[in-house]
Amino acid sequence: MTTQSPTASARVPLPATSRHGLAGNLMSAEWTKIRSVRSTIWTLVLFVVITLGLTGLLTWLVASNWNGPKAGARDARVVIDPVGFILGSGLGLGQLTLCVLGVLVITSEYSTGVIRSSLLAVPKRLEMLSAKIVVFALLLIVVAEIVAFGSFFIGSAILHSHVPVSLGDRNVTRAVVGSGLYLTVLGLFSLAIGAIIRHTAGAITTAIGVVFVLPILAGLLPGSWGAHVNGYLPEQAGTLVGQAHPPSGGNVLSAWEGFGVFCLWTVVLLAIGAYMLQRRDA
Amino acid sequence: MIEVRDLTKRYGDKLAVDHLSFTVEAGRVTGFLGPNGAGKSTTMRLILGLDHPNAGSATIDGKPYRDLSRPLRTVGALLEAKSVHGGRSARNHLLYLAQTQGLPRRRVDEVLGLVGLQDVAGKRAGGFSLGMGQRLGIAAALLGDPQVMLLDEPVNGLDPEGVLWIRNLMKQLAAEGRTILVSSHLMNEMAVTADHLIVIGRGKLIVESTTEDVIARSADKSVRVRSPEAARLATLIEAAGGTAVAGDKAAPGAVAPGAITAAAPVPGNGNGLLTVSGLNAPKIGEIAASAQIVLHELTPMASLEEAFMELTSGSLEFGRREGGPAQAGPAQAGLPPAPASVDATDGSAR
Repeated sequence: MTTQSPTASARVPLPATSRHGLAGNLMSAEWTKIRSVRSTIWTLVLFVVITLGLTGLLTWLVASNWNGPKAGARDARVVIDPVGFILGSGLGLGQLTLCVLGVLVITSEYSTGVIRSSLLAVPKRLEMLSAKIVVFALLLIVVAEIVAFGSFFIGSAILHSHVPVSLGDRNVTRAVVGSGLYLTVLGLFSLAIGAIIRHTAGAITTAIGVVFVLPILAGLLPGSWGAHVNGYLPEQAGTLVGQAHPPSGGNVLSAWEGFGVFCLWTVVLLAIGAYMLQRRDA
Repeated sequence: MIEVRDLTKRYGDKLAVDHLSFTVEAGRVTGFLGPNGAGKSTTMRLILGLDHPNAGSATIDGKPYRDLSRPLRTVGALLEAKSVHGGRSARNHLLYLAQTQGLPRRRVDEVLGLVGLQDVAGKRAGGFSLGMGQRLGIAAALLGDPQVMLLDEPVNGLDPEGVLWIRNLMKQLAAEGRTILVSSHLMNEMAVTADHLIVIGRGKLIVESTTEDVIARSADKSVRVRSPEAARLATLIEAAGGTAVAGDKAAPGAVAPGAITAAAPVPGNGNGLLTVSGLNAPKIGEIAASAQIVLHELTPMASLEEAFMELTSGSLEFGRREGGPAQAGPAQAGLPPAPASVDATDGSAR
């Protein structure tokens, strides 16, 4: 028992505690998980490229066709809410990649089986999930705000000769910052769906269905209660904050109210995901 | 020390672990044996807090796994199921695990060196061979220098070199005073590795005893005897109260030894090979000597494999039951499995 064997020779005294507290340790670990896998890095790169690229492309198309034939109605909409148009042009598709990323961050643990290693290391499952949520949220808010401001500057530069718009204009800064916030919460919303469903394909389909398809279906509902249902849907409520001058009529919520509703959706889904993580066998 | 008390796990209407109780002591390798589907992996997952038991408890040094803070410093586990992200490098896999435990980065390189993966540390784990993957799993288990280790089928699919490596590693870890629980369905592997055995079938405990004891209790159950005067010897053996059957009982068409009566014909063919039951090898040797019969072979068939087959014959998950109606014993299918004690084997030993 006391003889030093090859294994034992490597038994250096391990430090009793590390420099950081437990929360810091778990967050370092979650950051390592995110950065050490190609799929998450590439999805994030795709988000930046698609969003900035499409913003540039779509605003350029509008600018180069300004006052062109059949462009009047569209030009009028851009004039009413130029920042909403700029931000919406790239984010409309770019946000898809964040849905995928949010889902992947948790479902890839299940599909690869690494969840077992993770839960052996951190058997208090809520601690693991909390660290994952915090790290992912911090990463997203940085990237999403950079992309939101980047989109705005690209788009406003291209549109400048037709519709000058600057951060100093009414509600414009709120719309840009708000878009970054919306994207961050969207990532967490998708993570929650991933935590509940656990299968990558199923969770991505669900997240995209809720964000993109549900509003279309709800739009078919008749009357004012249709408008109310639509207004409270996650994507419809959440994107209000990214518009400086939402088209009047049909909006039942103000910008920040809408964002609050979206956050509420996300918190409820995260709570369900946490409850199920705690209850289910891994 | 691992203590399992009355552990029960149900999946749907299938009872995977059925009021299982046992203790795993420090300082020795404890083998956890059972046929496929006996509940070994489930039991390990319950001990490790991955699955929730329906009843009962499992503790490590007195605590449920979930109550351990920085558990990898106390318990190391190698699971049978894949538990590595194929897109992540070996080093990053170990790094994130080390970070959860507050372990320094250099510990990752130490364990990589221990298992011989230092040259492929930066390679994606998805490209690893079975043996390399197993080494990575062992590295993760050793990361926190734990006093307790659970290894689920560690030698499955490994080449002879890998098997030997794991075997020696386990013995060495136990010699350092650690608690080692290793599951396998390979009895002969356990015979050379484990000091102590816990045998389960259909989620129930069948035997918990030392490896020698388990083998000893199966010893003398049958003896291979080869003699040029096999027919004469067989008659003498049966006169002495034993039973003899020509040929190897494992040969196709052979009948289970318990089914042969003294009146059964004993042919002299089969290269003079007899399989004798009911008498031990020394007794057969004495009979042969007193009758001046030459023996070419006298081999007690005391393998753990055989003991195990007998122990679990009533508890196979998948239909592999041999023998006809003549096969007797409490372990027979249909009857409730024997109580969790060493007496379980006595009835079926005839």
